[in-house]
Amino acid sequence: MAKKLMKGNEALAEAAIRAGVKGYFGYPITPQSELLEYLSRELPQRGGAFLQAESEVAAINMVYGAAGAGERVMTSTSSPGFSLMQEGISYIACAELPCLLVNVMRGGPGLGTIQPSQGDYFQAVKGGGHGDYKLPVLAPNSVQEMAEFVYDGFDLADKYRNPVLILSDGALGQMMEAVEFPDYDIEAHKVDHSEWATRGRRKGHDHNVLTSLYIQPDKMEAINQHLQEKYQLIEAREVRFETIMTEDADFLLVAFGLSSRVAHKSVEMAREKGYKIGLLRPVTLFPFPSEILFQLAGQVRGMLVIEMNTGQMVEDVRLAVRGKVPVQFYGRQGGMIPQPDAILHEIEKYYTQRLAVEVD
Amino acid sequence: MAQLFPENLDDPYLYLAGDESHKCELIEEMNQVWRRPDSLIDTPMHYCPGCGHSVAHRLLMEVVEELDIVERTVGIAPVGCAVFAYNYLNVDMQEAAHGRAPAVATGIKRVLPDRILFTYQGDGDLAAIGTAETIHAVNRGEKMVIIFINNGIYGMTGGQMAPTTLEGAKTSTTIFGRDTSVHGHPLRIAEMIAPLPGAYYVTRQAVNTAKHVRKTKKALLNAFQYQIDGANGTCFVEIVSNCPSGWKMTPLESNELLEDEIFQFYKLGDLKLPGKE
Repeated sequence: MAKKLMKGNEALAEAAIRAGVKGYFGYPITPQSELLEYLSRELPQRGGAFLQAESEVAAINMVYGAAGAGERVMTSTSSPGFSLMQEGISYIACAELPCLLVNVMRGGPGLGTIQPSQGDYFQAVKGGGHGDYKLPVLAPNSVQEMAEFVYDGFDLADKYRNPVLILSDGALGQMMEAVEFPDYDIEAHKVDHSEWATRGRRKGHDHNVLTSLYIQPDKMEAINQHLQEKYQLIEAREVRFETIMTEDADFLLVAFGLSSRVAHKSVEMAREKGYKIGLLRPVTLFPFPSEILFQLAGQVRGMLVIEMNTGQMVEDVRLAVRGKVPVQFYGRQGGMIPQPDAILHEIEKYYTQRLAVEVD
Repeated sequence: MAQLFPENLDDPYLYLAGDESHKCELIEEMNQVWRRPDSLIDTPMHYCPGCGHSVAHRLLMEVVEELDIVERTVGIAPVGCAVFAYNYLNVDMQEAAHGRAPAVATGIKRVLPDRILFTYQGDGDLAAIGTAETIHAVNRGEKMVIIFINNGIYGMTGGQMAPTTLEGAKTSTTIFGRDTSVHGHPLRIAEMIAPLPGAYYVTRQAVNTAKHVRKTKKALLNAFQYQIDGANGTCFVEIVSNCPSGWKMTPLESNELLEDEIFQFYKLGDLKLPGKE
């Protein structure tokens, strides 16, 4: 198939239709509105229902309903809207309904800015709403991945009966790149949810009930334990990451999403200077690639985490390396994007200084 | 006269749960004039004695069975006293977050347009935290039945003031009575939504007397029939009910209060009929 020049938001929307999305419920918010606009135009003509809700609160509850009916459904929003959805996501996670969520992050806190940010990392990977739950989180770093991760996201959601989040940002949503949509057989990927979905009582069966309410503490604890077992399974099976020039690296950058693109450039600049720098890019933020980080901690002398926030993923990196090596942080906030030369400067702060110490 | 309840009833709970050993021999098929709808699950309800919810549940399941839509119907339970409605209603059900039932029902109806949807919500759920979802679902003319149990109080949480609480009424958060200058005014949601073009049928009924129960049944039959017929809008059936526990009175006193005061403010009858403005 020919490549097409598209915005990240539009590529994601197109991929959703090609993945067989049957319902989209959303609310306008910059910088993700193209997604909503694209689907409002395309989805009703191509076999799905589009509805602009009265709020993100309503949108996520429409997703709850439609996902509970066993259909492939999604919503998308940006940071403040994602905060509004947290209650509904908690209910969806507990009722174990498959659906796809998209957060095209912008700078915060508060109303913040419409420029790109990675400030919602904690909210995305630590649950976000009330109670103990997790979402598989996929972090694209190109328009191509904005599209590709939609298929993976829907399939993961169906496989584990769990909401899946694509955590993108305003730059990836707005920028245009060439994108190629993979072949995807919707029918072959269809999962039969009739056993639990609320589609009208099946003949000869008792009714299906979807709830997150278990008033007896022993039952609620059992639900919690069941969910945790599922998340452990996801952690064992679904870790995705990318390594760049890590084979001979003695110092490691760690970055996800847009930051990883900038960090990649910095690695190339550092290599030209003869520094043996590698990059580890987590693709799934939950499950987090802790194992590979622990392994690499045995190989490198230090790590530098680059994020567009004040230091969120860095906490998970430190947990993963278990004190084996120092883990430094460099970040920009409020819609500012780290520059490759600034990252190089940071690398030199730790890398060359340490080299000098060792030479002495 | 034959005994209606067994003597030496050791465990009334077991009896209510449908234990056959206590079955009354008076009822045989030939003289049976009343029976539990099959879709009303045979189990003790958690509702307080005298509460209108159980009557409303029964009417709802009678209607769903009489219209033969058990296998097409999906219901949404609210947060509030009816949060466990799915323990009694044997149709597919989803439990919604507080106030969000119309949004949840919208999601289902939009992806499965041939299903029959209803929400079952109290006044805290529908008229306070879920006001936005209620008004916008009706304004879009979502093809569903909204059943609104209005008892003018938060029952489940212990009798706090609701938006629907009448002026002067004493609740656990208005111990000197609702003062409209401080607590706002009682809200008539049915009157608010009836003028919306998306509202197809809006009616206010009650279940405190046999006559009112019959009228409510008729209203529910109408509302579901309209949806089956593809009516282009939302059907809204308000049932003004009592809350003896929350109102701190006997069931009888609560029913008298309905007649004496509450129906004066929440007037029973149709607010909007199809084809009439």
